[in-house]
Amino acid sequence: MKKLLLASAAGALLAGAAFAEEVKLGISLGYTGPLESMSPSMEKGAQMAMKEVSDSGKFLDGSTVVAVTADNTCADAAASVAAVERLVTSEGVKGIMGGMCSGETIASLEKVGVPNGIVMISPSATSPALSTIDDKGFFFRTSPSDARQGDVMADIVLARGIKSVAVTYTNNDYGKGLADSFVKAYEGKGGKVTINAAHDDGKADYSAEVAALAAAGGDALVVAGYVDQGGAGVVQGSLDTGAFDTFVFPDGMVSQAAVDKFGTQLENSFGQNPTAEGEGHEKFVAMAKEAGFDGTSAFAGESYDAAALMLLAMQAAKSSDPKVYKDKVMEIANAPGEKIYPGELAKALELLAAGTDIDYVGATAVELIEPGESAGVYREVDFKGGKLNTVGYH
Amino acid sequence: MDILNAGVALLNFVVVPAAAYGAQLALGALGVTLIYGILRFSNFAFGDTMAMGTAFTIMVTWAIQALGIAIFPLPTALIALPFGIAVTALIVLFTDRIVYRFYRRKKVDPIVMVMASVGVMFVMNGLTRVLIGVEEIRFDDGARFLFSVQDFRAWSGLTEGLSLRVSQLLTLIITALVCWGLFVFLNRTRTGKAMRAYSDNEDLALLSGIDPDQVVRITWIIGTALAVIAGTLYGLDKTFKAFNYFQILLPIFAAAIVGGLGNPLGAVVGGFVVAFSEVAITYPWKKVAGYLFPDWQPEGLLQLLSTEYKFAVSFVILIVVLLFKPTGLFRGKSV
Repeated sequence: MKKLLLASAAGALLAGAAFAEEVKLGISLGYTGPLESMSPSMEKGAQMAMKEVSDSGKFLDGSTVVAVTADNTCADAAASVAAVERLVTSEGVKGIMGGMCSGETIASLEKVGVPNGIVMISPSATSPALSTIDDKGFFFRTSPSDARQGDVMADIVLARGIKSVAVTYTNNDYGKGLADSFVKAYEGKGGKVTINAAHDDGKADYSAEVAALAAAGGDALVVAGYVDQGGAGVVQGSLDTGAFDTFVFPDGMVSQAAVDKFGTQLENSFGQNPTAEGEGHEKFVAMAKEAGFDGTSAFAGESYDAAALMLLAMQAAKSSDPKVYKDKVMEIANAPGEKIYPGELAKALELLAAGTDIDYVGATAVELIEPGESAGVYREVDFKGGKLNTVGYH
Repeated sequence: MDILNAGVALLNFVVVPAAAYGAQLALGALGVTLIYGILRFSNFAFGDTMAMGTAFTIMVTWAIQALGIAIFPLPTALIALPFGIAVTALIVLFTDRIVYRFYRRKKVDPIVMVMASVGVMFVMNGLTRVLIGVEEIRFDDGARFLFSVQDFRAWSGLTEGLSLRVSQLLTLIITALVCWGLFVFLNRTRTGKAMRAYSDNEDLALLSGIDPDQVVRITWIIGTALAVIAGTLYGLDKTFKAFNYFQILLPIFAAAIVGGLGNPLGAVVGGFVVAFSEVAITYPWKKVAGYLFPDWQPEGLLQLLSTEYKFAVSFVILIVVLLFKPTGLFRGKSV
C-alpha cells in the first residue's frame, strides 16, 4: 500500500513536471480600432515579461513561452469573441493577457474564456460590471474598477472647490461606467452635474457635443474619454470655442499625449490615473527604455504584470493548466512572501520552484482584492507649465 | 446687447463649426458623386483614399519643414498638397489599372464594382497604417486663430465669445474655389463636357468619338484631388488619424445621397445639410433662450434631441429625402 502511494505520488509529480513544453500565451489587444495607438506598448510590456520568464530557463522545468497575438478591435465584441476563440481553439493557448476594453472583454470572457476554462488577465478593462460578472475564478485584472475611480475623482474635484461640472463620456462600457460612478459620488457629496452626455469615438466632428456642453455650463468639464479619440476632440473644441478652460481628466485622458497636444492650455486642469509609485514602476520604465518602448505609456506596466502573474501562477501550481493555476493567482500577487519587482521574474521562478511564497509587486504595485482586481492607487496630476505634474496619491 | 450675445453664442457654437465641417463633407461628397456619376459605382475606398493622400501630404510637409520653408501664417501643408495629390493620383490610377479596369471591361453590375472597392479600401487602409502609423498626427503649423474668444470679448465687450480659426476660414475659402473651378471645368471645357456626356450616355459618348479611357483617368484624378484636399483640410482643422477617415465615409455618403448622387451641386448642398442638421438639431437652446427672454428660467436644457442622436438625425433626413424624392434634393441618379 505504501509503495503504491509512493509510486502514484511520484507518478503525479512526473505528470506535472516531467516534460519541458512550449507554453502558448494569448495576447488579446485592439491592434486596430479606437485604442490602436496604445496597443503596441502594451504588447511590448507583456512580451517583455514572457521573454524574461522564457529566457530564464527556470520556468516549469525549462519550458518556453510563446506569445500569440490576436486583434480584438476593442470596439467590436463579435470580432473580439472570434479572435479569442481562435487563440483558444486553434492555437491552444494556456491563458490570455487581455482583453483591452471593457465591452469586448466581457463578451470574450463570457463566450470563450469561462466556457473553455481559460484564465484571462486584463491589464486595462476597468468597467465596474467586471467586478460582479460570474467568472468562475478565471478572470483577473491588474487595473482597478472605475467604481473606485469615480469616488476618488469626486473627492479631488470637490477638494479644489469646484461645485458644478458638465460631464461627457465616451459611449462604451468604460466611459458610461466611469461617468455614472462619478456622477453618483459627486452628487452624493453635494456637487451639481449640469449635463451628463455621451460622445462617440472616432467621429468626424464634435461641434454638436461641445455646443451642448457649453450651453449646459458648469465650472469644469469632466472628460471620461480617450486622449487619442473623442475625448481629445471634445477638449479641443471646448478650448477653441472658449466653452471651458478647466478640465478634469480620468485615466483614459491622463497621458503625455494630452500634454503634447494641448500644452499650456491645460493650466487649470487636473486629473487622476491609477498608477504605481515607487521602485517597481521606475524599474519597469528603465527596462522598457532598454527594450525600446515607452514604459509610462498607458497600461504598459499593467500588461507586463498581467503576463507575469499568469506565468508565475503556473510555476506556483507546477502546471500550465488554467483550471489548476487559476487558484494560485491571488496567492502570488499578495503578501505574505518575498517581494518581486520587474526584472526579478527569474528569482521568483526559483523561489516558487523551491516552494517559497512570493508577493508580486511588479510594475504597478499589484495588490489584488476580491474578486480578483487591483485595489488601485490613484495619482492626482495637474498640467501646470505645460507639463504633467504629480500632485499626490489617493 | 442680449440679442447680440444670443447671436454670437449661436455663431460660435453652431454656425461657424457646422460651416467648416459642412465644407469638408461637401468636398468629399463632390468626389464621391463624381465617381458615381461617371464610373457608375459607389467608391467605398474613398475615405481611405483621403487618409492615404493626407498621409503623403503630411510626409511632404515634414520634408518642406525640414528645408526650413514656411508660409506663416498659413500652414505648410498647403504647399505640400499638390505633391500629395500627385502621388495619390498615381496610386489610384494604378488601382484602376489592376482592379477596376478588369471589371469595367467585363461590364459587371455596379454592386460588383462596389465590392471590389471595399477590397481596395482594406488594402489602402493597411497601407496607410504601414506608411505613417496609427497614431494621431498634428501638422497644422501656421497660426491657429484668426481671432480667439479672448480677443473677441476684449474687442466687443460682450459676455459671449466668438473664435474663428485659420483652418476654418481656409476650409471655406478653398472649398468655394474648388467648387467654382470644378463647375467651370465641367461646364466650359471640352474634357468636362466629354465627362458629362460619358456620364449621361456611355454608348452615345463613344459614338461621338470620346475616348473612354481618358474620361476615366481624368475622373480618377479629379476625384482623388478632391479626396486629398478634403482630407488635408479636415486633418488641419481637427487632426490626422487614419481611423477617423474611415468613419467620415458615412456622413460623406449621406451628403452625396441627400443631394442626389451624381449631381455636383447636390453634393455641396448635401454636405452642408448633413453638417448643420448634426450640430443644430441637438443644440440646447437654454443659453440662447436665457439671453432672449431674461425673465424666463427654463428647468431643462431645451434640447430637442440629445447629442447621441446626431447621426440618427442625418439619416432620418436621408430616409425622408429618399422616400419623397428618390433621386435626392437635386436631380441625381436614383440609388
